[in-house]
Amino acid sequence: MSAITKASAWMTGAPLPNRRDESFRWTDIGRVLKALPPPSPPAYAPGWPGPFEGLADREARFVNGIETGPELLVLGDERVAARFISDAVSTAHFSRLKVQVQPGAYAVLLESYEGRGEGYFANVVLEIEVCAGAHLERIVVLDEPDTAVSVSTAEVHLHERAQFSQFVAASGAKLQRHETHLIHPGHGASARLDGVYVVGGARHADITTVLTHTGVGGETSELVKGVAADTARAVFQGKIVVAHGADKTDARMRHDALLLSDRAEVDAKPELEIYADDVACAHGNTVGALDEEALFYAAQRGVPPAEARALLTKAFLAEVADRIEDAGPREAARVWVERRLEALTS
Amino acid sequence: MLKVENLHASVDGKPILKGLTLEVPAGEVHAIMGPNGAGKSTLSYVLTGREGYEVTEGSATLDGEDLLALSPDARAARGMFLSFQYPLEIPGVPALTFVRTAMNAQRKARGEPEVPAPEFLKRARETAAALKMDFDMLRRGLNVGFSGGEKKRMEIFQMAMLEPRFLILDETDSGLDIDALRIVSEGVNALRSPERSMLVITHYQRLLDYIRPDKVHVLAAGRIVATGGPELALELERSGYDRYGEAA
Repeated sequence: MSAITKASAWMTGAPLPNRRDESFRWTDIGRVLKALPPPSPPAYAPGWPGPFEGLADREARFVNGIETGPELLVLGDERVAARFISDAVSTAHFSRLKVQVQPGAYAVLLESYEGRGEGYFANVVLEIEVCAGAHLERIVVLDEPDTAVSVSTAEVHLHERAQFSQFVAASGAKLQRHETHLIHPGHGASARLDGVYVVGGARHADITTVLTHTGVGGETSELVKGVAADTARAVFQGKIVVAHGADKTDARMRHDALLLSDRAEVDAKPELEIYADDVACAHGNTVGALDEEALFYAAQRGVPPAEARALLTKAFLAEVADRIEDAGPREAARVWVERRLEALTS
Repeated sequence: MLKVENLHASVDGKPILKGLTLEVPAGEVHAIMGPNGAGKSTLSYVLTGREGYEVTEGSATLDGEDLLALSPDARAARGMFLSFQYPLEIPGVPALTFVRTAMNAQRKARGEPEVPAPEFLKRARETAAALKMDFDMLRRGLNVGFSGGEKKRMEIFQMAMLEPRFLILDETDSGLDIDALRIVSEGVNALRSPERSMLVITHYQRLLDYIRPDKVHVLAAGRIVATGGPELALELERSGYDRYGEAA
């Protein structure tokens, strides 16, 4: 059963995942939600503009799971916003969206999770298809209250020569999980799966990716970086499967985390499963604190400790958003990450 | 300017400086030479307030103000500058951003207004040109991918921009070829002035051919054991440090 089928079934009586499910070992939804909360009532569309204000050519909105816009978004050369808005208290809602990028098109999907209220459970499922020769940049910002539980699961299918570039920025919630399954056919297709998390307080953010290379000569690059402060917890799970026959695959995965407090926690699980020949796969993973030597260097030049820490932390994360190709959304993503960081370190 | 009296300092409980006394008047350049392990780097870190270097006795003042009571950034704001033997690479922070952040932090600490961006850029351009630096280097991550010589030049650039009153050059010559040494020394010499003092820490005499000191001190086993003019450096070059005994 695919991940999106499973996630859909939670809304119709299937048990919520808990730590006995290997993939939810560190994001135990069943512990926080003993049972599925009652359905969220309809809510008004928000008055706020969202993190990608003014950047989208058109917009699809889901407010408490109720959509205003098509259930299938067919994208040409354009920027489209998909806003998943929660305005609920202790209730649950579900949104489902299909996205198809037409052959040869260059599209940008600006996806935002904007939460108000508290204690809600938001479950979002996406199916994304990038047709032959098309390029999709998917830029995701997760901005939710610290009492919410939120899961977003996407299944992405690439066709040959397609390009998929993803950037996810997460600031956590009570539990916040962003999961991407990518089916990569090789044959000239390429993928980038990046992410940034900035978590403080008692927040929890989880970025999970499962990437399956099924054809010859696929390329993937994954860079996830994050910072965890206070008693926050971040989870990174990155799995790359190179199936039998997916020879000459080139897949690189990196995860680097900074702990800004000794009570923060980062759990990382990079996995490679390789069944093909002549592949170049690499993964790297580090979890550490800011470099004391760099802090002294900055202090010696006159930069006070708090300012030096903020400068170095910002620099540590900057390279991820810099990889976004589309300049407008890149700036919006950078500003969003910096604001979350300022809120964290101030 | 700088006055160090009977300074004792330990690292991890191990005494390194054992009663060091030194005075550098305004406008003078003093060299500190000594064998490895004598405490040369410890002295530079103690004067700039690095964590882990514990002063157990003695004093260090800059124009009468107690340095040891101040945090490293507060010392920098009062004009202390340590040029690192191995300058750090800081990815993601362009050199220009770093220097401007440092300059404004120092100004803020002194109660001065921030430097306006156009004025800062103009000065940065002029300074880079004087040091024969490619201005584009200043837009890249600080020292990232730079050669040893380029890193030292970036230190000189920072000195010239931040205009410290007291400079400590810690083994500035290490890893430099003759051309780089000459360029770096010219940069340092251009900063000599009656209001600025320097402490040049070096193992070898070579650097002092380019940066001529007013006085040379020999540091051995945590204390100054000899003081003389530039001729002392030449003598050390000939006879070595043996007669000053083994390092502690």
